[in-house]
Amino acid sequence: MKRVTRVVGSVIHSTKEYVCVMQLHKPVEEDKLRRVLNEFTGVIYQKPPVRSSVKRAIRKKRINSIELIEYTGKYALLRVDCEAGTYMRKLCWDIGLVLGVGAHMRELRRTRTGPFHEDRNLVRLHDLAEALYRLKSEGKDDLLRKYVLPGEFTICHLPKVVLRDTAVESVVHGAILAVPGIARLHENIKKGDLVALLTLKGELIGLARALMTTQEIIESNKGEAFKPERIIMEPGLYPRAWKSKAKAM
Amino acid sequence: MHRLEGIDVTRLGLDFIREIDEFCGFNRKWIIKHDEPTNPEYGWLPRMRPLDKYIEYGVINLDKPPGPTSHEVVAWVKRMFDIDRAGHGGTLEPLCTA
Repeated sequence: MKRVTRVVGSVIHSTKEYVCVMQLHKPVEEDKLRRVLNEFTGVIYQKPPVRSSVKRAIRKKRINSIELIEYTGKYALLRVDCEAGTYMRKLCWDIGLVLGVGAHMRELRRTRTGPFHEDRNLVRLHDLAEALYRLKSEGKDDLLRKYVLPGEFTICHLPKVVLRDTAVESVVHGAILAVPGIARLHENIKKGDLVALLTLKGELIGLARALMTTQEIIESNKGEAFKPERIIMEPGLYPRAWKSKAKAM
Repeated sequence: MHRLEGIDVTRLGLDFIREIDEFCGFNRKWIIKHDEPTNPEYGWLPRMRPLDKYIEYGVINLDKPPGPTSHEVVAWVKRMFDIDRAGHGGTLEPLCTA
């Protein structure tokens, strides 16, 4: 919690999944509805609604998918996977405009924020209270370790780079990760991609931007590969390889 | 780190990394640059962190009750755990009126 708050903003907020009920003002054929929903997948332009918490300028938002779960002619049940900051009410309204019959949103439920689904690992407040009570009265932390997940799961959707022990501490201090410090990495990383840096034990060190592609890293033995953007790990857990080297010489 | 003696920390670490990938179905292939073990003396396997560190590096997928705001719930959780910093990454409330 304390340390992971640093990734919460940028990472968990990246994508959302909603299930919403759209009410059509006049029924349309299902084929036509599906065709229009298809047009709304990809990058769309959206002007935030009058009552919104952001500046009302048209902005681009990415819709990864819209699934029509159920359609009755009056109501359409939709599952929308989209970039954070997409307004569902506005999306329904715009779909209605393109359909030519008008539509608005009746109900909305968010089902996923980043990697966290509503049907997985959901913990209730009283579960937490029980787990803490168990720790205080019986000294057992099993429940608490079940309900609190290692923060590493928040970056599951990012490409990952695993560092050798000797490279960890310098990156924790903000140094650029060079090729010799890499133990393993995901394929297909492109320049500018946001990646997660991990230790060989799986500890999250922080987030970084790729300065080289996976392919270039495979073919090279040196060079600056990843520039740290946000460090999560505290200093002092791994040895300071750069100093001990200097001493050895 | 005596309690880790006899345990293959490197294998457990890589198993955990695979588990992270599987958590959201991320299935890109891994490229091995340097195949070497990690020294159990440094850091911790995330699941074996001492409890205070485990909480500090932890997240909770909390089912927010409908009444109170996210902000209030975060404040309660902070007080329950007696920590000064916690945040929330958006909520999955039962009925969000957008």
